Amino acid sequence: MERKTQVHAEAGRQDLLITRVFELPVDLLYRAFTEADIVQQWMNTHVIKLESKTHGSWQFETLDPSGNVAFKANGTIHILIPEEKLVRTFEMENAAFGVQLEILEFKSIDENTSSLQMHSIYESVELRDAMLKLPFAYGINMAHDRLQEILQSLK
Amino acid sequence: MNLRRDVFQAIADPTRRAILLLLASQSMSAGAIAANFDTARPTVSKHLQILTECELLSQEHNGREVYYHLNAQGMKEIADYIEPFRMMWEHRFHKLESVMKKYKRKK
Repeated sequence: MERKTQVHAEAGRQDLLITRVFELPVDLLYRAFTEADIVQQWMNTHVIKLESKTHGSWQFETLDPSGNVAFKANGTIHILIPEEKLVRTFEMENAAFGVQLEILEFKSIDENTSSLQMHSIYESVELRDAMLKLPFAYGINMAHDRLQEILQSLK
Repeated sequence: MNLRRDVFQAIADPTRRAILLLLASQSMSAGAIAANFDTARPTVSKHLQILTECELLSQEHNGREVYYHLNAQGMKEIADYIEPFRMMWEHRFHKLESVMKKYKRKK
């Protein structure tokens, strides 16, 4: 996979920046973050609730292969400006990572290209670093997803 | 010392972060580094020792003085650390793009 996604996480800071350019018009990129049935497809999670509006709230839940809840997260939507900006909070339930403030900016580059900048602010440097270490656990799921994709393509 | 675990512990301390910033552009003697802080000299020495053990700093003996400079390889370890996190988002965004391309065709 190409290195299209960039993560800027400076040592000793409590925030990080994720940037990526998509081969998609900005309206489609925006829809990918605001429509429940689409979010479900790429986040691999069940969207329990997603009120895409200023002062709305959201709730995601992921089940493991045996049907137990593996991951639950929720937050509120602070500001939503269509095809421009989404400010929301993110909190993983039953986890000690605290709450994060996420500022997402969508920008049109041309009619078929758009960019996303996602700025996440954590409660402390320590919590940000703990969260950065977490994907070692996710890595297992990723491998699992990839395996499923391959199996499906063989069908 | 377990590098992977302790490197983040090392940079979690504000004085140690200030030391890293100070050494970003030049190497300095222990005395010159300590002169930048109100903290007692032994405390600064302790910070320098931790940063050196975590391989974020390298020591160089020049006469009676010990000079410290940033260890580029050690700093790179921090960058490598975030690679699984980056890959997680790469994977998600790759999927987002392929899902949305289907919507694009539907339009």
